[in-house]
Amino acid sequence: MKISPSWLRDFVDLPVDYRRLADELTLAGVAVEGISGDGENTVYEMEITTNRPDAMNHYGVAREASALYDLPLRPIEPKLPAAQGKSEVTIEIQEPELCPRFTAREIRGAHVKPSPAQIAARLQLIDQRPISNAVDATNYVLWESGKPTHVFDLDLLEGRRLVIRKARAGETLKTLDGVECKLATEDLVVADAVKPVGLAGVMGGFDTMITEKTKNILIESAWWDPVTVRRMSKRHGIHTDASHRFERGADFESTVPSTNRVAELILNSGGGTLVGDVIDVIARKMDQAPVELDLREVDRILGERLSTVEISRILSRLGFALMAGNEDRYLVHIPSWRLDIEREIDIIEEIARLHGYDKFPNTLPAYAGEVRDLPDAHKDGRIRSTLLALGYDEAISLTFISKDDARRFSKVAELDLANPLSDEASVMRTSLVPSMLNLLAYNLNRGSENVRLFEAGKAFEAAGEKAVERKQIVFGATGIVDSGVVRGLSAGAEARPLSFFDLKGDVEDLLGQFGYWELGYDAQTAGYYHPGRSARAVMDGAMVAQFGQIHPDVAAARKLKQDVFIAELYLDRLYQHDLRAVRYEALPRFPAVERDFSFVFADAVEFETIRQRVMGLGIAELRSFVPIEIFRGEKVGAVKYSILLRAKFQSADRTLRDDEVAAWAGQIAKALEELGGVQRA
Amino acid sequence: MPYSVPRLSDFSPAVLDEAARELLSALDQESAAVDSESDWKLYRDRWMARKNGALTQLNDLWLKAAPGQNKRDVGQRVNELKIKVEQTVEATLSRIQSGTSSSRLAAERLDITLPGIRRSIGAEHPVIKTMNEIIGVFRNLGYSVEEGPEIETDYYNFEALNFPPNHPARDTQDTLFIAGQDTKALRDRLLLRTHTSPVQIRTMQKMKPPVRVVCPGKVHRNDAPDATHSPIFHQVEGLAVDTSITFCDLKGTLDHAMKALFGSNVKTRFYPSFFPFTEPSADVQISCIFCDGKGTRDGAPCRNCKASGWIELLGCGMVDPNVYGFVDYDTAKVSGFAFGMGVERIAILKYGVDDIQLFFNGDVRFLQQFA
Repeated sequence: MKISPSWLRDFVDLPVDYRRLADELTLAGVAVEGISGDGENTVYEMEITTNRPDAMNHYGVAREASALYDLPLRPIEPKLPAAQGKSEVTIEIQEPELCPRFTAREIRGAHVKPSPAQIAARLQLIDQRPISNAVDATNYVLWESGKPTHVFDLDLLEGRRLVIRKARAGETLKTLDGVECKLATEDLVVADAVKPVGLAGVMGGFDTMITEKTKNILIESAWWDPVTVRRMSKRHGIHTDASHRFERGADFESTVPSTNRVAELILNSGGGTLVGDVIDVIARKMDQAPVELDLREVDRILGERLSTVEISRILSRLGFALMAGNEDRYLVHIPSWRLDIEREIDIIEEIARLHGYDKFPNTLPAYAGEVRDLPDAHKDGRIRSTLLALGYDEAISLTFISKDDARRFSKVAELDLANPLSDEASVMRTSLVPSMLNLLAYNLNRGSENVRLFEAGKAFEAAGEKAVERKQIVFGATGIVDSGVVRGLSAGAEARPLSFFDLKGDVEDLLGQFGYWELGYDAQTAGYYHPGRSARAVMDGAMVAQFGQIHPDVAAARKLKQDVFIAELYLDRLYQHDLRAVRYEALPRFPAVERDFSFVFADAVEFETIRQRVMGLGIAELRSFVPIEIFRGEKVGAVKYSILLRAKFQSADRTLRDDEVAAWAGQIAKALEELGGVQRA
Repeated sequence: MPYSVPRLSDFSPAVLDEAARELLSALDQESAAVDSESDWKLYRDRWMARKNGALTQLNDLWLKAAPGQNKRDVGQRVNELKIKVEQTVEATLSRIQSGTSSSRLAAERLDITLPGIRRSIGAEHPVIKTMNEIIGVFRNLGYSVEEGPEIETDYYNFEALNFPPNHPARDTQDTLFIAGQDTKALRDRLLLRTHTSPVQIRTMQKMKPPVRVVCPGKVHRNDAPDATHSPIFHQVEGLAVDTSITFCDLKGTLDHAMKALFGSNVKTRFYPSFFPFTEPSADVQISCIFCDGKGTRDGAPCRNCKASGWIELLGCGMVDPNVYGFVDYDTAKVSGFAFGMGVERIAILKYGVDDIQLFFNGDVRFLQQFA
């Protein structure tokens, strides 16, 4: 909103220059966001909060300045000639709830022509286009005092009559902007005897507007129900300076003064005769109850005692009237332009803002309560620090995905957005995987080939009428491993492509932070994973993670040319487990003995089967049984593999004897043979 | 000039002491120069060969030449030196055999100016990092942490925060709505929370004063992405309600927090604003951290604060009594304040980031700068 500070001088004698005024108005709550122009052509760009329609005009801003500097405010007092005869215009309000007041005034024989230079210049300065003296008069009054008004060509109104009513089914109205509106039966219109001639509080009609031919003018100034105006403005997509003010609440008492001010401006510039008295139809009185103000409440909320003199001075300059009651109590009458003031706290705010927020001292309140973390804060922190230590950068992606991705990466019922930003972002993400793939692709397309990212966030799904949010962590990796890491290549560092097992190791590190009875891995993963290179982690019967290489078809569809690995942790399930409690175990005092086993197995025999079989032998001194080397090739034969396994034996209370180790090794070799293994020479 | 055992004419203790010192010093120096086994053999022979070795000369030139009354003293000294020489020669051999000879060390020399092989450490996201810093500041002031859902109902996002249905203040929120909600009552309709303020209501519903919480989280707006807008961003909401909390407390708390976040020289400035759920409401500016509040930098107008010397940072206010009505707090007995700050905005200021999209595209070239 543009405001000309020199225009403010019509109403208050400003004691400071325009720059300082701008600063001090801002600190009082009517914000000047920018200043352009010089001297008398200085223009403020102002940002008035939605609760203050009374300050969206020059008089309103001047009132703030008058309170700020404790200076008198000159009233706007239209000087009109004596009216001639009687107006034949009749007004009928059929909707008293929605239009409690409608004021009109008739001028005959006026000349419609360009506005006087001073009026035109002032409008132009604040970016308003002058049209004609009659139209400009309404616009000038809007910017002067904030009250929207309208002028009709009286001769085009059928029956010299205005009816405020709901639109009828099938009615249309061509508005001033030339657009034909189909009216809804909820629309409130100003109609003549036959047809709608204006969309109440939003825009006037095209067919009854002022033209060069107009001789006789009817001025309208009404008070419209804010919610009705807002709904119409939204329904028809028309936002005007008038609707902006009406939907925030206009001044009920301003309909007559604004009508007279418009009449004065038209008569001064275009001549003509004022016909009859002002027609002022009040269908319903507005109830603006006085508010009780207790000065002790002012202290309680603000924390500093302000003098009664100052409080009284601030409030009266703003148009409030104070009546003293018992002790510290006052009854405050609210000016008609302040529909935002209904309660004691509203008045306290007025006092605080004109006293100046910065004049209140800074204090810290005492507190004796406890300080609590979020229930999962420790688990979140552990997972996050582990991922950072494993070399994953933390990322944040959009919460929305495309419908296609929602279907491809999940089976849950998705939540659609009613007003999405785009088709690509039209669904609440049901999985964090598609966005992670997008982030990886973004990096690969920009020459970063070694990428490790993780994101902690929520996946969403519909459950009946409700939305369910599940915390997840997804991490993705692609590129090479260089001495166990992905970045910081140096001379002598060996690089190899990242593999499924790198990712599995990271998953194991993360899951290993938690306590559980049983953790197993199987291959039952979602369809977007490579079926032979992905796994599911099942912890005490619940799937807590799945991970692996992305299915080549999915990768191809996203133009991912190198192998990409993804892991998903389902925190709602994982967090059923506590973090692993650490218990000290005595360090070994006797040496360990290792024995290696070189066997050939059919591909169908998985390592986990072998491991379980050997661990199942019940050898208490068997401390670990791990694969050291795996080899496939012609020498081994098709669908077979050769594996080197290492067993480590150790006792907590003695040095092991050769004969007992040999016996155990024999047991293990036998077990491996029973699994179909063939010992290699 | 290699060392040779001097012929003595004076056998006084002082002279003998000096001669012994010279001998031992030569022994050590020559030992240090020994680099290989062949070197060592020459060294050994020079000192220990029966014929003309230094020990033999000691015997001949010192002990045999000493006059009778000094014989005993000289003999003792020569014995000690003999032991020393034997020990040193032996130690020299084990030194070169253990492989720490200087030539071997020289062969093992690395170009230590090559870059190190670095285990990559993941980088915390600057927004999460900033969010945790903000939470840390308020934790130290006694604030607990609360969170709430990202998909909210109209009731929590608007109604209970004193945004009545059809209120123009709702327009300022650019809300993203969940589809298919039209048949529900307005207050039950689902939307993406536009601020973290709903957590205020959820917190007050579940606990009685005193309340002191910060609520970090993700929020959404229907804003097309560009350098300064994003449909997602993060906020930290704060709420303190107790029996005697005042506007001065609100000012003091935020002044302290801004100093903790931006440095103790930062000044704060409060001016009136409007939020439906606070009254009085305020916007808070901090003195520009780029030009120290001067409005000019290097003689030119400061671009970061548009030459004003101030940067707008957050919104706050005293909790509106209407809000207490929604959570059954006694308006006459309690008072409190609430504040909310945009985390991206603070991160942008702290790190000088010029495009908010960098926070959300996962570019490792950007993220690694924060490792």
